[in-house]
Amino acid sequence: MNGPPWHNLDTVARNAAPTLLLLFLVILGQLPFSLPGDSAVTPYFVLMAVFYWGLHRPDLLPAAVVFVVGLLQDALEGEPFGVNAFVLIAVYWFVSSQQRHFGERPFLVLWLIFGLIGLAAETLRWLLVAVLTTTMLTPWSVAFEYLMTVALYPLLTIAFALAQRALPRGGGNFMD
Amino acid sequence: MGASLSIRQGAQRSTFALFLLLAVGIMLIGKADPALYERTRMVIADIATPVIGALSSPVVAGAELIEEGKHLLAAYDENTALREENELLRRWRSAAQGLDSENARLRSLLNFTPEAKATYITGRVVGDSGGAFLRSVLVNVGGRNGIRKGFAAIDNNGLVGRVAEVGQWSARILLITDLNSRIPVLVGQNRERAILAGDNSDLARLDYLPPERSIRPDDLVVTSGHGGAFPAGLPVGIVVSNGDDLGGEIQVKPFLTPDRLEFVRLMDFGLTGMLQDQDLGLASQ
Repeated sequence: MNGPPWHNLDTVARNAAPTLLLLFLVILGQLPFSLPGDSAVTPYFVLMAVFYWGLHRPDLLPAAVVFVVGLLQDALEGEPFGVNAFVLIAVYWFVSSQQRHFGERPFLVLWLIFGLIGLAAETLRWLLVAVLTTTMLTPWSVAFEYLMTVALYPLLTIAFALAQRALPRGGGNFMD
Repeated sequence: MGASLSIRQGAQRSTFALFLLLAVGIMLIGKADPALYERTRMVIADIATPVIGALSSPVVAGAELIEEGKHLLAAYDENTALREENELLRRWRSAAQGLDSENARLRSLLNFTPEAKATYITGRVVGDSGGAFLRSVLVNVGGRNGIRKGFAAIDNNGLVGRVAEVGQWSARILLITDLNSRIPVLVGQNRERAILAGDNSDLARLDYLPPERSIRPDDLVVTSGHGGAFPAGLPVGIVVSNGDDLGGEIQVKPFLTPDRLEFVRLMDFGLTGMLQDQDLGLASQ
């Protein structure tokens, strides 16, 4: 960190990139995309981002940011407060702790792992909402959201990977 | 290095555990005091609405472009179908005009008191939660524009939902397909009373129907106005299945098209509506 001041500023901006990306994805999830065939269900974008950064660069995404983004998602989607925060933190904890085992796997394996973690996350979310609102919810729209999330993961991964390439290497990767 | 690593891992672990506990705490407080969270949620919505609104404009524009392209491709067939429909509607119009004048005459005979005139505030749909758990949309008008909780939301096709939460500059509309939506309705020509209940799918079902009933597919469902929650007579949807094949569940296809919801009119009726009419009358004198 002995470079010129503008260099530090640049580093700060780049370190903040995953945080900004997460905030953008929460907003993206709120936009009225119209899909053919009704059902205005949007994929769980934030889950993809939390999985990706937990897997590749957990040093750039503080847990506090994941928590706050979860609360923001709760507020905007109208779910009981704390549900998304809980689910996202749980996923982030698990993925970043398994980073060493998952890190260098081929993409198809990672996609499969994402599918399993996504299934656990959506189930947990569904259960929490059901308990907190004391209503049995039809699982179909959740299942639909889950399938869309898994299907779109490769696409978002490409975007995340492009973003990651622009970020500073090494630095404070806590698993090093 | 090894020692510092394990310390850091330990710190990391306790941070995560702390956040999980915090989330559980927040969930419990929310369960104990829902009103507090409702206010918090609308403060956040007020801040986020301009951002979502700005970003949603290009999305809506893109969707419209695709829609227009589709229309262009189907123009010929659509034109033929519309001509036929137009012919039919013309006949209906003359029938309706006859009925309307007859209705007016009968009302004057009976000294019928018409319902209070409603006033409208139009808002743009900026956010669509698209959540799997909640069917709601966010509009860019709020308490400062005169929106109050409980206003009915309608679009060109009919009833959309009702205002569930109000912020300063934004409001959340609970759609009629939401799990928590319950609307008193009248069904079919015999105007049978029922409750239209959402279940988070694109269809809704009818509850609390009388045991002997004459409901058929294609029957119109309109609001009944019972309970004062909605004005009477707003079109809601049509019956698609009379329950003979689905274990007795009568399903209704709402006129609401959540994927094409762009503008909604929020309808002020009842007491506040009357007060505003009075104000307007004084001002014009």
